[in-house]
Amino acid sequence: MSTLTLFQNATHWRTGERVTIAVEDGVVVPIPRRGHEHARVLDARGAVLAPGLVDLHVHLREPGQSAKETIDSGTRAAAAGGFTAVACMPNTVPAVDSPAWVEWVRHRTGNAAHARVYPIAAVTVGQKGGQLAPLMAMARAGAVAFSDDGHPVASAAMMRRALEYARPTGLPIVCHEEDPELRGEGVMNEGFTATRLGLRGIPGAAESVMCRRDVDLAELTGGRVHLAHLSTAQSFETLRDARRRGLPVTGETCPHYWILTDEAVGDYDTNAKMNPPLRTAEDVRACIAAIADGTVDCLVTDHAPHTPDEKNRPFSEAPFGVVGLETALALTITFLVEPGHVSLARAIELWTAAPRRIFDLPEVDLEPGSVADLVLFDPRSEWTVNPKLFYSKGRATPFAGWTVRGRVLATMMGGRFTHLAPDVEFEHQLVLPAGAAT
Amino acid sequence: MSAPSLPAPAPASAGLFSTPPAAASGRHLLGLEGMSRAALEGLLEESAAERDWLRKGAPNRDDLAGCSVMLTFIEDSTRTRTSFEVAARRLGANVFTFSASTSSLNKGETLLDTMKVFEAMGAQLVVLRHSQSGSPAYLARHLPRTGIINAGDGMHEHPTQGLLDLLTLRDAWGGRFEGRRLAIVGDIAHSRVARSAIAGLTTLGALVTVCGPGTLMPAEVESLGCARAETIEEAMTDADGVMALRIQQERMEKGLLPSLVEYARVWGVDMARVERMKDDAVVMHPGPVNHGVEVDSTIAEYGRNVILQQVANGVAARCAVLRRCWSAWKAELS
Repeated sequence: MSTLTLFQNATHWRTGERVTIAVEDGVVVPIPRRGHEHARVLDARGAVLAPGLVDLHVHLREPGQSAKETIDSGTRAAAAGGFTAVACMPNTVPAVDSPAWVEWVRHRTGNAAHARVYPIAAVTVGQKGGQLAPLMAMARAGAVAFSDDGHPVASAAMMRRALEYARPTGLPIVCHEEDPELRGEGVMNEGFTATRLGLRGIPGAAESVMCRRDVDLAELTGGRVHLAHLSTAQSFETLRDARRRGLPVTGETCPHYWILTDEAVGDYDTNAKMNPPLRTAEDVRACIAAIADGTVDCLVTDHAPHTPDEKNRPFSEAPFGVVGLETALALTITFLVEPGHVSLARAIELWTAAPRRIFDLPEVDLEPGSVADLVLFDPRSEWTVNPKLFYSKGRATPFAGWTVRGRVLATMMGGRFTHLAPDVEFEHQLVLPAGAAT
Repeated sequence: MSAPSLPAPAPASAGLFSTPPAAASGRHLLGLEGMSRAALEGLLEESAAERDWLRKGAPNRDDLAGCSVMLTFIEDSTRTRTSFEVAARRLGANVFTFSASTSSLNKGETLLDTMKVFEAMGAQLVVLRHSQSGSPAYLARHLPRTGIINAGDGMHEHPTQGLLDLLTLRDAWGGRFEGRRLAIVGDIAHSRVARSAIAGLTTLGALVTVCGPGTLMPAEVESLGCARAETIEEAMTDADGVMALRIQQERMEKGLLPSLVEYARVWGVDMARVERMKDDAVVMHPGPVNHGVEVDSTIAEYGRNVILQQVANGVAARCAVLRRCWSAWKAELS
């Protein structure tokens, strides 16, 4: 006999009402009017129940770099962060640039994964920018988007061809916006801190000029452009302008860009080394404003794990990238919701329905009939970020030691719990909902 | 909507680098930035005393007896390495020189691994020259029993060069920095010498004006505490000194200068420009000089050209630094 799970007295993420949600056989079901012999009840009083979070921008590092992360460890981290679906970038070794590798990623996840994994395929062969990858075949194999993330598509002509060629798939091209020549050998944002530390800087214009270029190419080709991990005020303004003009352009940003400035690099702290780099206070304000006014379409983590040995090097030698799956929800609540920039419901939408729309992923809701991909979290619970407790193999985060609010209590994917906080307890009982006829 | 305010300052990261060492404290000398005025003046006083002692040609001392100093120059250097070596030997240290070209660094061993080996062998002070900014700070975090002396890290700082420059200016300016103004000309972006000089001079109350081609000027340079002039004439007028920086072609990306001929014409220090300065103004250069580029050959005859004094003061400044770091090492770790 199947097991019935009841989330009792939870707060509905959108309406704020107190609800009881029942799950059986992997889907949300109406609350049974009769008793149930195999039921578990979770007292969710004080917690918010929402569709599982979706992250369109993670690096799971497989194939090829399993010392940094695996699909198993990465999805485990996703589950701990409240995510039930992630889209993984193709800048692996080798790059996911063929239908065979797209299928490999899909099948690798199988039933054992702790979150649904949607592969993003490379735009160009080997992400080298020289030749289009088989975009149509990879779309048929299950790719949900295309990207050379980690590397910009440097040639405007190549990006034009990719947009034209990919159009029939209807899938967006996720653009890593960085002019390689403007970036040069830069390792952090160009500005006072880089000057003080004697580090080579990456100007904000390295990102914004490429954003402008790709918006123009979206207009030229009608192809879908999704601007990845935006970090500068000018980039947000370009996205805003594209929306105003009705172009098929969307954009995303990450928690570190709405919280930190490049001063977080402090004394050569590689935990603050990411690409794009942390920017200025003006950029942080612009990021928050772009989220608040709806310019930014969805939030992502750009979860980019590296081994501690790789990050524990002199700043210029260490790789770009920090982890983010396990802190994303709390950073959203602490730095977007609590200061009043967005409502909790809007924040959740930016992590759930909004990304699903951009990659055309199946809808998830709390209504009966919906697949039971859910997250239960306590928005008021305080905790201290401790990378040693991460499920990700990556440990680098600029938020280590910070006290944040919003703790994931349980994550459920397809009716199965993929994460449960240690203090979550079930009652097992014969269920007789209040007022139900027996 | 009004512009949202930034979040309140968060607690310091407790990540890999949870305990950043102060720029110059205890057994380390990582930079002049952040050093207190009192500490800097004290170090200058000691440097001056060392200079007087060296000038006398007195016999070697044993201040560093029992101290092993590892000269680790991952990047080429002649004058700085030799200067440190002379200083350490004059004070009675055991001096070892590490040659990167014949080391395990060529077999893939990391800098930290190599330095841990030296630490295990008993090297108490490491004098490090490295092409990457922040390398000395990185080692200082990870080597619990070694003092690190920065002998130039990438484009960041060269604190002992800064000290010798300050000592030279202290002599030239009669010990008074307050209200004095030095023009620093040239490749500010790639210059660790400039960063240390700016940090030291501004701490002591002097004013610094930088100027140079826009391609060689770092972003927001004024935030270092200096002024920026558009032309060398503007920078040098009424200055108390000028420091011409070496054009470091080995550290530059291509295309930053049209030609050295144009550079010499527009940014070179010549007598016509020197005459714009105050009568007692000095001409400095950290060396080695690209003759006819940063400094016109006529400057060799200028009576207040202190370029060789800078070299001589280098040994004195390094004596003072080695002695101080060794004292701190003993106090902390012996």
